[in-house]
Amino acid sequence: MKELTVIQAIHDAMRLAMERDERVMLLGEDVGKNGGVFRASEGLQERFGEHRVVDTPLAESAIVGTAVGLAVAGMRPIAEIQFLGFIYEAMDQIASQAARIRFRSYGQYTVPLVIRAPYGGGVRTPELHSDSLEALFLHTPGLKVVTPSNPYDAKGLLLAAIEDPDPVLFFEPLKLYRAFRAEVPEDWYTVPIGKARVVAEGTDVTLIGWGPTVPVIAQAAKRLDEERGYSCEVIDLRTISPMDTDAIVASVEKTGRAVVVHEAVLSGGVGAEVAARIQERAFFSLEAPVVRVTGYDTPYPVPSIEDVWLPDVERVMAAVEETMRI
Amino acid sequence: MKTYAACEPVPVYRVLAEDGSLVGEAPDLSGERLVELYRWMVLTRIFDQRALNLQRQGRIGTYAPFSGQEAAQIGSFAALDPQDWVFTSYRELAGVMFHGFPMETALLYTMGHPEGTKSPADRRIFPVQIVIAAQLLHAVGAGWACRLRGERSIATAYFGDGATSQGDFHEAMNFAAVFRIPVVFFCQNNFWAISVPFTKQMATPTVAQKALAYGMEGVLVDGNDVLAVYAAMKRAVDRARAGEGPTLIEAVTYRLGPHTTADDPTRYRDEAEWRKWRDERDPIPRFRKFLETRGLWSEEEERHWQEEAKRRVEEAVVRAESYPKPNPASVFDHVYGTVPPDLARQKAAFERRMNRREGRE
Repeated sequence: MKELTVIQAIHDAMRLAMERDERVMLLGEDVGKNGGVFRASEGLQERFGEHRVVDTPLAESAIVGTAVGLAVAGMRPIAEIQFLGFIYEAMDQIASQAARIRFRSYGQYTVPLVIRAPYGGGVRTPELHSDSLEALFLHTPGLKVVTPSNPYDAKGLLLAAIEDPDPVLFFEPLKLYRAFRAEVPEDWYTVPIGKARVVAEGTDVTLIGWGPTVPVIAQAAKRLDEERGYSCEVIDLRTISPMDTDAIVASVEKTGRAVVVHEAVLSGGVGAEVAARIQERAFFSLEAPVVRVTGYDTPYPVPSIEDVWLPDVERVMAAVEETMRI
Repeated sequence: MKTYAACEPVPVYRVLAEDGSLVGEAPDLSGERLVELYRWMVLTRIFDQRALNLQRQGRIGTYAPFSGQEAAQIGSFAALDPQDWVFTSYRELAGVMFHGFPMETALLYTMGHPEGTKSPADRRIFPVQIVIAAQLLHAVGAGWACRLRGERSIATAYFGDGATSQGDFHEAMNFAAVFRIPVVFFCQNNFWAISVPFTKQMATPTVAQKALAYGMEGVLVDGNDVLAVYAAMKRAVDRARAGEGPTLIEAVTYRLGPHTTADDPTRYRDEAEWRKWRDERDPIPRFRKFLETRGLWSEEEERHWQEEAKRRVEEAVVRAESYPKPNPASVFDHVYGTVPPDLARQKAAFERRMNRREGRE
């Protein structure tokens, strides 16, 4: 089996999908000739032609809006938004249009559309290139939101998203694009949307993260085990919407404690939703309040500050100590 | 320094004068087809007036009337094939019903029934768009898909003068021109975006001229002249089908009624202006005079058709009012292709609540 990075796994999934189904196409800014600013689509235009890998004019609303029309009329478009922070430009086309067309047409029209966007911090980008906005889309019925944390899930989730009959937002943690390699099967396989993954089993506390925070909580779990003897269960949510509540509840029923970790700002974040579901369904298993370790309620900071703003291993360890004290 | 300051004004394309006399080249349509267009203009006007009454009686909800715009809508839809994609706003019912959308479904929509947006299976009519100009991008995408899939079909986007101020208008025009998409942008300039007049919507004297800046053809047509509208649309549709790219058509017309039944146009609109459009520029008498001159229509046929049209509208009202009520739990069914587990829990709880409620009643 080949070892691939996350970005290579994404490339591999798109290549496979375009080989297998001629309705699959990619459109976005710089995705063609340039192969994408992160090279996710390198060589794909050369291979599949300009009509299937399309360099569009610079307009996010049109990239998503025309992709909606393409999807409704029989294509399987993948729309790339260059950075998640620019997705506000396309917000109406995503939240009021793509998300509601099945509903609005009473099931007559559907939007099998994938919207890919890199996100997350820690790589010294200019303003609005690092924001984590997943909560906006969890709050929008009709959308699915997935985010991989490793190469295997990146390929499997992207292929699942392409097969899905509904609009799927596929958020790619850009810090992890080339962070490490892992084994990825060469053939077609899917990772089911809506299923979390237990990264490491444990009995004392459940650590829940997704995308860029998964390596952070995995590292924290390792150190807590080594330094403090705590047994942490690590959950990679993988899908933000529809959320795998059953997996979260099953884990917390076992551990009695939970720490949720995300880069997005605290208030109204996905962590709040996770905490709410835990107290609704596992209240009597809880030994301590659910703790959130997140970005602060400020705009995403400038590069010289971002490292101390983002959740890191020390903050996660401190949060675990806090819950273990009770 | 030479600058781009003005473009050559283009006269409004017209086939019929306001008195119904022929002032241009009549399009190649049979007498039967001409009468069909006229019948639909009368039928939809009667539908529109009846819908206003139904709203006043509390039998339907908020309604956006189209009276005055029948020629623009029916004339343009007459140039489409059944399999062409149709993306409209909420004021295009005359055209959409002429195209095959049942009157009772249109009524169901305004009654708040979830099945009120369903297109007949053999048409590609997209649900009414509420967000101004959002549908233009969908039309570009659908037209694009038609070309990629090797279909003969094209896509159309219908919108008003207000929509041209939106960003999505600009983005759609630009994408369509850059990729030479088989799409027709049909703007009904009815002079009023609720209370904001055309002159406050844009600084250009026409919508049509904007096409020039995008690199596509722009057409300015008298929207109350059904024959001129048909000719303009036919030309644009043929060009799109032939791979010659998109067209922007501006049909100059007038909204004789309020924006919706919740609006009072006397607060912002000059009565003299309204009277002029109602009494001198109504597209229906104008076309009728033309047909009568040609011996295609008579006083007796008019009387008969008025009665017949009223009967058809009443039948649609009866069908809509006797349509089965929706199951409230169906609200959960068309959010996703498969109901996710947590949503299924919500649905089950909702159904238990509904059953308890019914038990009490």
